[in-house]
Amino acid sequence: MDRRAPLGLMTVLCLGIAFLYIPMLVLIGYSFNASSLVSVWGGFSLDWYVVLFHNRQILQAAWLSLKVAMIASSIALVLGTLAAVALVRFSNFRGRFLLVGMANAPLVMPEIITGITQLLLFVSMLKLFGWPGRGMTTIVISHVAFCCAYVTVTVQSRLASVDRDLEEAAMDLGATPFRAFVDTTLPIISPALVSSWLLSFTLSLDDLVISSFVSGPRSSTLPMVIYSKVKLGISPDVNALASLIICVMGFIVLVAGFLLHRAERRRERDIQLAARMG
Amino acid sequence: MYTASRADWGGHKDPVERLTKVLTHSMQAVPGLPQAFGRRLGRWAIILPPLLFLLVFFLIPFGFALKISFAEAVLRIPPFSDVWTVTPEHRLVFTPSLANFRYLLTDEVYAVSYLYSIKTAFVSTLGCLLIGYPMAYAMARASKSTQHLLVLMIVLPFWTSFLLRVYALEGIIRDTGLLNQWLLSVHLIEHPLKILRTSAAVYLGIIYSYLPFMILPLYATLEKMDLSLLEAAQDLGSRPWRAFWDVTLPLSMPGVIAGSMLVFIPAIGEYVIPALLGGPDNPMIGRILWDEFFENHDWPVAAAVSVAFLLLIAGPMAIHQYYRARDLVS
Repeated sequence: MDRRAPLGLMTVLCLGIAFLYIPMLVLIGYSFNASSLVSVWGGFSLDWYVVLFHNRQILQAAWLSLKVAMIASSIALVLGTLAAVALVRFSNFRGRFLLVGMANAPLVMPEIITGITQLLLFVSMLKLFGWPGRGMTTIVISHVAFCCAYVTVTVQSRLASVDRDLEEAAMDLGATPFRAFVDTTLPIISPALVSSWLLSFTLSLDDLVISSFVSGPRSSTLPMVIYSKVKLGISPDVNALASLIICVMGFIVLVAGFLLHRAERRRERDIQLAARMG
Repeated sequence: MYTASRADWGGHKDPVERLTKVLTHSMQAVPGLPQAFGRRLGRWAIILPPLLFLLVFFLIPFGFALKISFAEAVLRIPPFSDVWTVTPEHRLVFTPSLANFRYLLTDEVYAVSYLYSIKTAFVSTLGCLLIGYPMAYAMARASKSTQHLLVLMIVLPFWTSFLLRVYALEGIIRDTGLLNQWLLSVHLIEHPLKILRTSAAVYLGIIYSYLPFMILPLYATLEKMDLSLLEAAQDLGSRPWRAFWDVTLPLSMPGVIAGSMLVFIPAIGEYVIPALLGGPDNPMIGRILWDEFFENHDWPVAAAVSVAFLLLIAGPMAIHQYYRARDLVS
């Protein structure tokens, strides 16, 4: 039987991919538009990129967003990996049910509800303990909470597929459980760690709704600034900014994906080689 | 002159083996109790950090939302009344108010927006399914090397930026956007289509943003499918379409359900898409919540809407999950 899809299906696939990409490509194209009228082509220019790099508000917001994304995704990586280890390796402990629920709920919880409830918590905590004031700290905390869920789910599935023989062999040779984990299992799950850190980073960098609730008056993240500008209508400097973000993120993800893929291939080759030699 | 020989290592072939033996012996010499204690300590050092963090910053906030949904809006910072107070005589006094929930039931905005959100999520999920299924099917039938590339192309937009993709779509479907310019230039239409600020724009926005979530699980199930079943159906005289309907579609149901859940659930609570693409006639519950909070500054009502929304959405879903888990176990 012919495994290939008929022409009609291939057309739908191509149209669907075009549907996904055309709006972004058009946006990038128009970011080089000399005209300040966004729907009229007035020739090629880099003016809007120059305007962008002189906008203090945008630069400050971008710096804040980068800091938040760096810190939040790193903390989320640690907490999420710990949660994944707990869920995969410890079959039953007090609070397991709770941890499973809390590690998965942020994935399905509407962001707007997470945002409101966390703000109410921060406000009540501030009244009771005088901490945390709304600003970068609160944004980082809420981003860690939802990024943690993505890390846990990603690392959990990878960890579940790891053969424990190697780790037990290391322990038989006298390594402490921690040492054995770090030396044998950690390298195997490292692709999952890298990709979940990257995913957390992009999700944090992109978050508008939760940040809007928990941020303070002088701590606007980049998506918040973009959103407030977009609300007033399409503007050419936002086009430039959006193109920049889309291209940089796309590039990082492609490079990371390529490197991870290559590392994985090499590992598979090593395993085959080892099997043949043994 | 003294030279190290194998005999110095206790007659063992290599140092590692000897080291192992020494270490195993020394491990056995340690009494059992402290070791078990150390292991338990290690376990809790792994479990507690994520457990406590999520407990304090994810679960407990819902308790605060529940409490504040029984408060009343007052002009102060923070803008809600106390649900309980401690009197100077150290007595706890509860003053809960049901006014917010009564308000939710009497003002029809909330019922309308709740139903509208479900309808929008449903229509968009259906749209995603109708577009995503043939795409996933075509991907599953492509050659292995093409499949990798196609998966990458489907996933890549998801990794860039959700907000900016919605913004990009807005640029296309505006009255003076590229879509209308093109349709006018090929004389398909006489006047620009009004898409932006309509329900159609919200549907389109959700389909555009969540299409990868529909395609990936569908692709995963279709790719694993045993083609010999289809061949058997065709050998037995089924027409391709009939074979699809009787064999492929039922077998791909897990993918259909997973994909639909991944689109439907976030779509119900969506804020950004209706706010940027929708108009005043698209009162999705996310927008109502946002306005209640940022425009009306009525935090207790916003908290009450969240609580009600959670009960109406999450309650049934949790029950559904519970029964599904139980079915899987039995």
